[in-house]
Amino acid sequence: MTTVSPEDIDRDALKRSGDSIVKRLILPISAALTVIFCLAPILWQLLTSFKVDADIAAIPNVYIPSRYTLDHYRALFERRPFFNYILNSAIVSIASTILALGLGAPAAYALARLKLQGERILLATILLVTLFPPILLFLGLLEVIRYLQLGNNYLALIIPYTAINLPLTILVMRSFFQQLPKDLEDAARVDGYNTGRMLLEIVLPITIPALVTTGILTFISAWNEFIFALTFITREDMKTVPVAGAQLGGASPFEVPYGPIAAATVLGTIPLVLLVLFFQRRIVQGLTAGAVKG
Amino acid sequence: MDKQLELVDLRKAYTPQIIPVKDVSLTVKQGEFLTLLGPSGCGKSTILRMIAGLEQPTSGKILIDGRDVSRLGPGDRNIAMVFQSYALYPHMTVRENIASGLKLRKTPPGEIQQRIHEVADFLGLHELMNRKPGQLSGGQRQRVAVARTLVRRPDVFLLDEPLSNLDALLREHVRAELKQLFQSQNAPVVYVTHDQTEAMTLSTKVALLNNGFLQQLDTPEGIYGNPANQFVAGFIGSPQMNFLRVLCDGKSAIVGNSLIPLPHGVTAPTEVVLGIRPEHVHLANSENEPTIHGQVFLVENLGMHNLVSIQVDSVQEPMKLRALMGMGERVSSGSSVKLGFSIESIHWFDATTGDRLSGAPAKAGVAKARYELSDLPSP
Ligand SMILES: Nc1ncnc2c1ncn2[C@@H]1O[C@H](COP(=O)(O)OP(=O)(O)OP(=O)(O)O)[C@@H](O)[C@H]1O
Ligand SMILES: [Mg+2]
Repeated sequence: MTTVSPEDIDRDALKRSGDSIVKRLILPISAALTVIFCLAPILWQLLTSFKVDADIAAIPNVYIPSRYTLDHYRALFERRPFFNYILNSAIVSIASTILALGLGAPAAYALARLKLQGERILLATILLVTLFPPILLFLGLLEVIRYLQLGNNYLALIIPYTAINLPLTILVMRSFFQQLPKDLEDAARVDGYNTGRMLLEIVLPITIPALVTTGILTFISAWNEFIFALTFITREDMKTVPVAGAQLGGASPFEVPYGPIAAATVLGTIPLVLLVLFFQRRIVQGLTAGAVKG
Repeated sequence: MDKQLELVDLRKAYTPQIIPVKDVSLTVKQGEFLTLLGPSGCGKSTILRMIAGLEQPTSGKILIDGRDVSRLGPGDRNIAMVFQSYALYPHMTVRENIASGLKLRKTPPGEIQQRIHEVADFLGLHELMNRKPGQLSGGQRQRVAVARTLVRRPDVFLLDEPLSNLDALLREHVRAELKQLFQSQNAPVVYVTHDQTEAMTLSTKVALLNNGFLQQLDTPEGIYGNPANQFVAGFIGSPQMNFLRVLCDGKSAIVGNSLIPLPHGVTAPTEVVLGIRPEHVHLANSENEPTIHGQVFLVENLGMHNLVSIQVDSVQEPMKLRALMGMGERVSSGSSVKLGFSIESIHWFDATTGDRLSGAPAKAGVAKARYELSDLPSP
């Protein structure tokens, strides 16, 4: 074709304006929608935790309340040992995180660096465990706990949490160690480090970002776990936050205490948010930068 | 006491089939700079890693100053190594990186300070001392890696392709720097590269490897001028040496329309390989030289020279020849040329084994071919 028909030009122009519409309108709108979709329940809980009871119960819904109160939070600490719950959650989560990292990282290192016999079978088994729904372990585990008389003992939670998170820790850490340049360890050996010092002084510092990342995952899953915590711990002062929050009762059996539940949810989430914010720099920062060619 | 590194029948077998190093023996004396040269996968790094103790030899011995270190760990051998990737500790500053080996050996802090200062002077690292490796350019990292070895004052220096991550310009610069640097060191240096220019310029000795076998151990001049076999001849020199498969009659080979005498003491096979470097082929200008006629089919401009490819007129299988000609010699694609080369610059190789046919090249004049090539029995 030698001449350009008007339709061609129009189509081009359309396409161009289509591009800019996508860039200027659709992209920000979809981003906003995604954010709202993800954050709405949390924002709603946050809002509810500060509303007075009348506003919570009001129909139609009060979206922007005019009165705010801290009563629900005060109630959590005055009528219940909520500080205790947080402490319990913290003990259980921190202990199982440390255990999972302490057992998982060396195992992952061995799997990544040594030529083990049956390595593939081992890995397949580990992967299988991550796919296994923990709820199916529940009844058996209950028997075990009863037999070992671990009920109402932190260990009843720490051990299962560690076990459930160990496979993922191993898999993630193993792939991290695999991409760690082996030259670094060789250089350390030539420099005169023995294996122990090499692991402690060269490998460990470089591994911290990966440890933090997997550690946070373990911590969150332990912090939020419900079923085991509900069943294996019955003593009031040893309960964890999710269980305590769910068991909050109203003044009468027919009243659902939306306000305190919302406050408990917010309080239970804050440590996780703080944790992620605090370690964010460490996660993002690639500590291996500069080890090898640039 | 003289520092010296000796490898005795060193062999590494990963599996019965994968044997990257096959009975390599060599000695590097004090002040010598040995380059392990060879194509990719020929076992250079494996040899270096065995010297460092990072890999256990399957058999053979490694001696440093006459002491058998084959069973010692890498930290107990007092060797220092520059890795291809530099392998600087990313969480330590440049100073800590350089000091780490000394600290582990319980060197007194005062001496560590002094040695680091010396090395930093030497390599111009003072402004970088408190930076992390992530904040350095590739060239600076390379210098830190070298500093880390120098400061140790080891019995042997090992370097595994330390220049391969630098761009071409910087590589040339650092190469010259490395040469001066290691000239001032006493300890033997073993340097791995697959770049022949690096090998030729840096080393006092070159060990050319192929497929795990040591092909030749010689000075750079020896490797270039007296290649031990066809592989060495083809590997060293750029553009590559020309190889012509030519027929023989008793004492001479028939090349083009010339008869070229074979070296003395060679029991003549029916066929030999004639090797001639492109830089030794020129337009024929003398009656006393063997000549070859051919058609130019490609002229490549290399800046200083033209690389001319010629199809040789021949009744035997078609042969190609490449010649490096000065920009003054005007040849164009498609033209007929008459090429000459001196007998001294010819290398002879056994057509079946590829080994050099020994004997000094005979200085006799060139006889004109006594018969037409078509009379010869076909091979
Ligand atoms: N751990 C290993 N297991 C089996 N084979 C190996 C192992 N390490 C190296 N090889 C083999 O040994 C041979 C030599 O390897 P090496 O690293 O020494 O080569 P190189 O000469 O340094 O090559 P390049 O120039 O590419 O670095 C290669 O064929 C390689 O596949
Ligand atoms: Mg190599």
